[in-house]
Amino acid sequence: MTSDMWATLYVFVLASFIGLGVIRRVSRLLHTPLMSLTNAISAIAVVGAILITGGDYPLRIRLLGAIALFASMTNIVSGFLITDRMLKMFKTDQKKPAANGVDR
Amino acid sequence: MTFGLVQLAYLVASALFIFSLHWMNTPTTARKGVYAGVVGTTLAVVATWAEPSVGHHLWIIGAIALGFVVGIPLSMVPLTAVPQRTALSHAFGGVAAGLVGTAEFYLRLAEDPGYLTPFRMTALIAEIILGYLTFTGSLMATGKLQEVKWVPQRPVTYPGQNIINVALFGLALVIATAIAINPTAAWAPYAFPVIIGLALLFGVLLIIPIGGADMPTVIAILNSYAGLSAVAMGFVLDSKLLITAGALDGSSGLILAIIMCKAMNRSFTNVLFGAFGQVQQAKAGGEEKVYKSETIEGAAQVLEQANFVVIVPGYGMAVAQAQHKVRELYDQLKKRGITVKFAIHPVAGRMPGHMNVLLAEADIPYTDLVEMDEINPDMPQVDVALVVGANDVVNPAARSDKTSPIYGMPIIDADKARSVFAIKRSKNPGFAGIDNELYFSDRTWMLFGDAKNVIGELVKQLAGGSGMH
Repeated sequence: MTSDMWATLYVFVLASFIGLGVIRRVSRLLHTPLMSLTNAISAIAVVGAILITGGDYPLRIRLLGAIALFASMTNIVSGFLITDRMLKMFKTDQKKPAANGVDR
Repeated sequence: MTFGLVQLAYLVASALFIFSLHWMNTPTTARKGVYAGVVGTTLAVVATWAEPSVGHHLWIIGAIALGFVVGIPLSMVPLTAVPQRTALSHAFGGVAAGLVGTAEFYLRLAEDPGYLTPFRMTALIAEIILGYLTFTGSLMATGKLQEVKWVPQRPVTYPGQNIINVALFGLALVIATAIAINPTAAWAPYAFPVIIGLALLFGVLLIIPIGGADMPTVIAILNSYAGLSAVAMGFVLDSKLLITAGALDGSSGLILAIIMCKAMNRSFTNVLFGAFGQVQQAKAGGEEKVYKSETIEGAAQVLEQANFVVIVPGYGMAVAQAQHKVRELYDQLKKRGITVKFAIHPVAGRMPGHMNVLLAEADIPYTDLVEMDEINPDMPQVDVALVVGANDVVNPAARSDKTSPIYGMPIIDADKARSVFAIKRSKNPGFAGIDNELYFSDRTWMLFGDAKNVIGELVKQLAGGSGMH
């Protein structure tokens, strides 16, 4: 194993700890939006799909890439949009002036 | 230079993703989290697209456009369908990882076999097994949640199920190890699809023995798998961005799955292999127990005289589309100076946090949504507990009846309130197929009927006062 591979393993371990620490503090109210948000974020696998779809490769390889690109992009678009749609609904008190108008 | 810029974009994107999740810790900053995520993703996509090796722009534009065409309607589903949408997006995430892994393998095999080191091959095989398994597993979960006809709702079990599953998984591992050691062998291109097939099959087999009540846990576990498949892809492509994002997703799924398991007093292995939710037979028969029922007028009177009302919502409330009527009831009670809180059980909906979203949609302030652990100490002071479409999460058998399948599961102590009104459409047992002792308690009065109608009538009574009828 090269030092590069060790570096990626370090990144994985450290990112997992950051993930556990950050997610543990996410409000329980927001666990459903959290799931759609992490869904959209992990669809960053789209970069792998772009490299394959756009590379100078045989057609069938690029076809696999294009399907993966479509699937990831669907997750990015629907994931961020629905997360925001849900988060907009969380309001503190209906009596505050903010409730009469803007978000309906 | 360009390499440095691209890497910088990836680094910033990774940081933005961490901020994005950090901002989810309170509803006031959460939307900022979405924007951080969007900016991070856009940065990474643009940086990758600008790489000199990337051409065929029409293909990319086409696939992205199609992603928008499918993604936008998927983001507009009703909130009751969010669990299905989430499961479906895990399927998309899984298949994307699986396809990229497949493409990488055949591509490198033909052009650059030296790239396929044992380390990369191990990661690549983990990527495709997790990816394809998540794909079919999540499709099955989507089908169960959407109640598609040909997907069985009840757990499907057969003799030797776990042995067959373990044997299949073992077979996949053996082939995988052989390929990882010797990816350039003449048989490798033919053995590879076998692993794919086994992973696809394994995803189906893993989900069919799991019952409806366990779906929240299963969605969380599949979430974790989807994240881990992205991590594995990161190892293959040597992309620290992918590893970071995948690890965040993976740990999120893991934590949610643990919370769900704790909320049901189950272990991971028990959820995955336990075939929970089969119809209970032991307790059938015996003496006929009697319900006490109450009229709308009577219930309205009791509610009016209460100081502290706790509403315990369950998924049945959402099925009956009653949340907006519940909100009207909330307003009526608040107007009279009555304290009204909602007691939210972690598994009240069909995915983690589902009930909160359903109530937030009905404009109920999130400050009145209280978690189980916080509300339980107050339950003896509660004048009226109103159970709307919840069943197993208020079943006292979880505390007292050692033979009950839900024994040990933490519940909302609705039975400790001074009086209980339970709205129920029919006398059938709940999602998990278990009879509920709460309904036979001498403090409980049943309001039979569709939740939306019953609450609507209650609201009418309260709004009209004694002048009605």
